[in-house]
Amino acid sequence: MARSRYHYFPGCKLTPFLPEYDRSTRAVLAALAVDLDDTELNCCGYPVRHNDFTAAMLCGTRVLAMAARKGLPLLTPCKCCYGNLKQADYWMRHNPALRHQINTMLGNEGLNWREDVVVRHLLTALDEDIGRDRLAARVRRPLMGLKVAAHYGCHALRPGDVTQFDNPLAPTIFERVVAVTGAQPVEWPLRLDCCGQPLWEKNNPLALALMRRKLADAHESGAQMMITACTYCQLQLDGVHREHPAPGEAWDDLPVVLVSQLLAVAFGLPGFEMEGVV
Amino acid sequence: MRLTYFAYLAAAICLAGTLYRLGRWCVLPLGTESRQSTPARRLASAVRAVAVALLDPRRLWIILHALVLDVIGQIHILRQSPLRWAMHMAICYGTLLLLLLHTFDEQVTARLFSDYASTLNPFMFLRNLLGLLVAAGVIVALVRRRGDRVPQRMTRRADRLLLILLAAIIASGAALEATQIISPTLFDQMVVDYMGSGDPEEIAPLKAYWAARFDVAFMPPPATDPALLEQGGQLHADYCAACHSRPASAVLAYPLALAIKPLAAPLARIELETGLWYAHYLLSCLALTLLPFSKLFHLLATPISLIVRALGPAQSDRLSNRPTRRALGLDACTHCGICSRHCSVAPIFQVIPNREILPSEKLAGAARLANGRTTPRMAAGLAEGSFICTACGRCTRWCPSGIDLQDLWAASKTDLIQAGHPDPHGWIRRHTAPHWAEILVARGREAQGAQLPPRPAVCLTDNPDTFWACVQCSTCTNVCPVVAVSPDPQRELEMTPQQVMNLMRLQLKEAAMGARMVWDCVTCYKCQEHCPQGVRVADVLYELRNEACRRLTSDEETIKPS
Repeated sequence: MARSRYHYFPGCKLTPFLPEYDRSTRAVLAALAVDLDDTELNCCGYPVRHNDFTAAMLCGTRVLAMAARKGLPLLTPCKCCYGNLKQADYWMRHNPALRHQINTMLGNEGLNWREDVVVRHLLTALDEDIGRDRLAARVRRPLMGLKVAAHYGCHALRPGDVTQFDNPLAPTIFERVVAVTGAQPVEWPLRLDCCGQPLWEKNNPLALALMRRKLADAHESGAQMMITACTYCQLQLDGVHREHPAPGEAWDDLPVVLVSQLLAVAFGLPGFEMEGVV
Repeated sequence: MRLTYFAYLAAAICLAGTLYRLGRWCVLPLGTESRQSTPARRLASAVRAVAVALLDPRRLWIILHALVLDVIGQIHILRQSPLRWAMHMAICYGTLLLLLLHTFDEQVTARLFSDYASTLNPFMFLRNLLGLLVAAGVIVALVRRRGDRVPQRMTRRADRLLLILLAAIIASGAALEATQIISPTLFDQMVVDYMGSGDPEEIAPLKAYWAARFDVAFMPPPATDPALLEQGGQLHADYCAACHSRPASAVLAYPLALAIKPLAAPLARIELETGLWYAHYLLSCLALTLLPFSKLFHLLATPISLIVRALGPAQSDRLSNRPTRRALGLDACTHCGICSRHCSVAPIFQVIPNREILPSEKLAGAARLANGRTTPRMAAGLAEGSFICTACGRCTRWCPSGIDLQDLWAASKTDLIQAGHPDPHGWIRRHTAPHWAEILVARGREAQGAQLPPRPAVCLTDNPDTFWACVQCSTCTNVCPVVAVSPDPQRELEMTPQQVMNLMRLQLKEAAMGARMVWDCVTCYKCQEHCPQGVRVADVLYELRNEACRRLTSDEETIKPS
């Protein structure tokens, strides 16, 4: 099997707040003969976009320029990071004034934006680069009969002309990848809606309302488990949810699992179990 | 000697200052936990933690391990950069050994070696070698700080003060030794003291010998015939050799002595030697006095911080110990700038020129906040930097002083909110959208845009093309999940996305900038994706926040504590 190599972009929150996503992503990619370059990179710029667009674009473009210097495609497990890296790529292509401004700043440290840098989210890397056939060949413990709700995550999906992730109105990439494990993706109305994380610690009642609405919807649609593929979504739907449970609600116990964990279990990788579910 | 009083005074101030600084560790309010524990309780808790650590063999092993590798070996700096490690080791150990061997020679060296004399080898050679090491380290440090063009590395007065003070002490010491080497006055004095002779005839051979072999600058130069020198050599062996090695081994002072030798006479006339003696002594006293009040205090705080880190992260501490540990961290920082080099959000500083985005600079702001020495404007600046931080934790991982910076930032963020300095989402809640509109319009009239940071390259809201296609079909509002979960959108959000777009069409962006809808937008981009007319609705909502930040971040309405 030919080995492939990416510049790994974990994003700021992954290592300190969601190490299990890092661990499972690395394990799954290693099982698929994917090598990762771990050179330190700065923030993707997504969080600072609330404050300053140019700052967000500088951060994102700097990451692209660092990958360009290495000549490697970028791979991030976080959809918000993916989204902002794609935003940076889009605006650098389309706005000459911004391109000049950012390239001048990058030039101070000998960096330069190039338009040929490939940005991949974990899902697009699995689906497009590695291929579902290779994934299927690696499955040792099929998760037959497990009904899962794939939670898309906004920033990778939309705006579709910028992110080029999948069809922004009717995407199937997440379901395609999940189905490889033998699990059965359910149809659920709110699958493309927001998890509420962007408003966490800014407007908590609203953030919780958005999160709970989704959990209830997934549960009502027959899912036994929700699957995420984004650091922020998982921090919200699992972390914040467990800290602010809704006892008595039927959906309150719905497990929320990362796609990499699901794959690691299906691949039968050592150290990955899903107790009580599989 | 009167100068000794200065030394005692300096030592007393140093001791009192050190106790004061140590006491502050238990007093400074840092984080919510400090509101629940009194200084007395914090002190008791700290003493208990030290006792527990010292009595537990497992922890004692960890302490010893950290002491050898981190404190003594400074491996953490070596990992960062070998040049930096060599520089710091040279300054650190050069200074410490000089302090023991030279400053306190009567108390230390003379007691260890019965034949000690400051002008005898190996002592003279070692002193000069150590001085040379410190000088080399200081020069590397100064050049590095000067030559550094990385925007996120800054040199403050405190950094310069320490280097200049060290440089001045070493330079005055070397110059003093150089003038002593060539001094005929000192020679005459020593002859009287140790040979008990003032007879010119008797000392002429010794003079000749010392002029030839010890480079004393006699005026006029004595005769150099071999017989006289041999006689002088005999006298030297009898009276001087026990305390004097040849000056060539004074590797720092001797070249200097040779350089100034031609000027010996005028230098003696202005009594340079005495001046240098005072300078060297008083500068050393000054360094001692400043120890607790300058960056020099890291000599004490950083080793403690490194050992505390080895024992576990801040979250593993008892609640009453956490503020104390943070205060220790403030003192352990050497402003080396390594954290800012690895900071995830450091590039932002190039666009938003607030130094407190950078952890190495933010720490001083956090210290000011804790010490109550901050103005609303300074606190607001600290808040801007603090809330841009993404808590990636790299500063903590790289900090060579072992400070749990991550924990410190979390604490200062809660302290800032407590003090009424929230993030933009927080301060925008102070007023309704119409009230903000009034403020923004008034400010626009006052400033006419003059004081604002430059307009960004991408500016959608000022471009009528962005909105011309909007037909107010309200698709954006209908797909908005925030509108969907709000029981009463008009009351809770003030306006819907479609209404925001309408204001934009009318070029009334001030009326929308403070609206809850703009700030409660989750940026899910559904509005933009579904817009049948291709209007960049979500990008506009984002930009309205950016505009509010650009125009209001340093406005008096937002910097005043709420």
